[in-house]
Amino acid sequence: MTLEIRGLQFAYGEESVLDGIDFTAESGELLGLLGPNGSGKSTLLQCCTRLLEPDGGEETLEGDRVGDLPADERARRIGYVPQTESRTFPASVFETVLQGRRPHGGWTPSVRDREAVEVTIERLGIDELAARNVSELSGGQRQKVRLGRAIVGDPSVLLLDEPTSALDLKHRLEVMDLLVEHVRERDVTGLLAIHDLNLAARYCDRVALLADGQIHAVGAPDVLTSETVRAVYGVEASVREHRDRQLVVPEQPATGSRADVQSTDRTEDAPGAVEGTATDD
Amino acid sequence: MTDTVTSGHRESAPRRVGFLGGVAALLLITSVVALAIGSVRVPLPDLFEALAGGGTELHRNIVWRNRLPRVLAAIAAGGGLAVAGAAMQTILRNPLGAPYTLGISQAAAFGAALSILLTGVGAGSSRGGLLATWLTPIAAFMAGMVSTGVILALVTYRRATPETMILTGVALGSLFQAGLTLLQYFASDTEVAAIVYWTFGDVGLVGWSRVGLMLAVVLVATAYFVRHGWDYDVLDAGTSTARSLGVNVESLRIRGMAIASLVTALIVSFVGIIGFVGLVAPHIVRMVIGGTERYLLPASVLVGATLLVVADTVARTVLTPVVLPVGILTSFIGAPLFISLVIEGRDYW
Repeated sequence: MTLEIRGLQFAYGEESVLDGIDFTAESGELLGLLGPNGSGKSTLLQCCTRLLEPDGGEETLEGDRVGDLPADERARRIGYVPQTESRTFPASVFETVLQGRRPHGGWTPSVRDREAVEVTIERLGIDELAARNVSELSGGQRQKVRLGRAIVGDPSVLLLDEPTSALDLKHRLEVMDLLVEHVRERDVTGLLAIHDLNLAARYCDRVALLADGQIHAVGAPDVLTSETVRAVYGVEASVREHRDRQLVVPEQPATGSRADVQSTDRTEDAPGAVEGTATDD
Repeated sequence: MTDTVTSGHRESAPRRVGFLGGVAALLLITSVVALAIGSVRVPLPDLFEALAGGGTELHRNIVWRNRLPRVLAAIAAGGGLAVAGAAMQTILRNPLGAPYTLGISQAAAFGAALSILLTGVGAGSSRGGLLATWLTPIAAFMAGMVSTGVILALVTYRRATPETMILTGVALGSLFQAGLTLLQYFASDTEVAAIVYWTFGDVGLVGWSRVGLMLAVVLVATAYFVRHGWDYDVLDAGTSTARSLGVNVESLRIRGMAIASLVTALIVSFVGIIGFVGLVAPHIVRMVIGGTERYLLPASVLVGATLLVVADTVARTVLTPVVLPVGILTSFIGAPLFISLVIEGRDYW
């Protein structure tokens, strides 16, 4: 048991986004958060890393309440890769990854901090870009730099907000490979919001489907069935087995589906929503 | 592979340290030159003798009463405006961040004009009582802090974005400019002259006590920004990233803006409006050694100080015996320099 979320609630003003989220993510596993736009994936991640203060519920990390941790300690234990990032002024790859050592340190980077950066960028295969300006890099390279910044401090939890959305096929696979490798090797708890169901099915140990501020279903990727995809995304999809993993082929928007219901009345609870409490092991 | 990393990074570290050292040396050299030249030339051996308290009385007077406070005032004002500009650019995440774009300079000028109008031309000159001597700077300082206060209040209570802060600053700047014009319209000829002269920006009228105060404040502010340089580095990656790395973004922004504004208001209240140093110095640094705030902040101080010492020396000597206020010169040089920086160095930001 590593990261435990119980009854997490969050609302933007009156509009409830997370309405009692429960799950447990284990160390060494990659848990994919799935769900349509606006289902609260990003909000959930931001609550977990305390960019947003939850309205209710509890988040514990190895038994410590995350809300009570001092900012630096929380930053050392939870790494976060936001969905987008724009810099005003240029920074090199090395400097950008080095930023990730900030919660570890003194007022200026130490030799140890620099060594950690060198090890990390070599592991990610971006060492040859060390002196390059991040804004000159391709989207895939840039995502690796940001992954590097999140892992250079060796956090035990890693939260990623759609790290592959803007990437081409090859870079998607590369970034996911790096991520899975890191999660396995360092026994890290990985939690990522992701739109690509097939990528999730291939790389995630478990997936959690978010809908209407709650977890609709959670479990191994085989929870991705035609029924769950229709219920959560409002899309008719065929689900095939391919090399022992789920392959979701979307066909068409479902009529009278959840997505339509959602757009007219967000607060209505979908019938048959399964309260997802994931406590295997 | 590790060699690539090492060389790739270590290449830029000596370059930065070298740049810092180089500019520091340049500042020292230009300061010595500034002390030596002028309407009366002081040869170097005599200069050092005078600095040590010896030499002829004429040289001692020139050096200790006139040029040294002047050069030190230029160093403090140039360095202070530059570090304030660098900090504001980082905090506002906007390459246009500077004391002038945020309306602080105009507000201070308005405050100074108001004090001159209310108390007569004597205020601000070195004659008269203690209150009269300090009234204009105090009024300028307080008005400058009003401008800052409005922007900080927006940040604190309305969670204003950096763009809102800049826009508010521009609006405040033109508001105070309008107020200044209005005051001048109602002022007598001598008062207008005093107001206009004050707004020129001149480091030559600053007594030792004010020079000391400026130097101390600029030094403390610089120490603060250097101490938090890494946090500002992280801040430039965006609010979410910075917060997730444990940086208290709001407090870093508010404290930084408060300190930068305080430094600006103090400098403007003592020396008047000196444009472009706060804007140009950080951009020169960014062009040469990149945007890492840990180096940018101290390097901007040195570059700003050097720029103003050079500019003031040129202003003193170019039309001898006329001594131009340095503010005129920085605006003349600053505008084309800034435009060329923007056009030629566009790719650096």
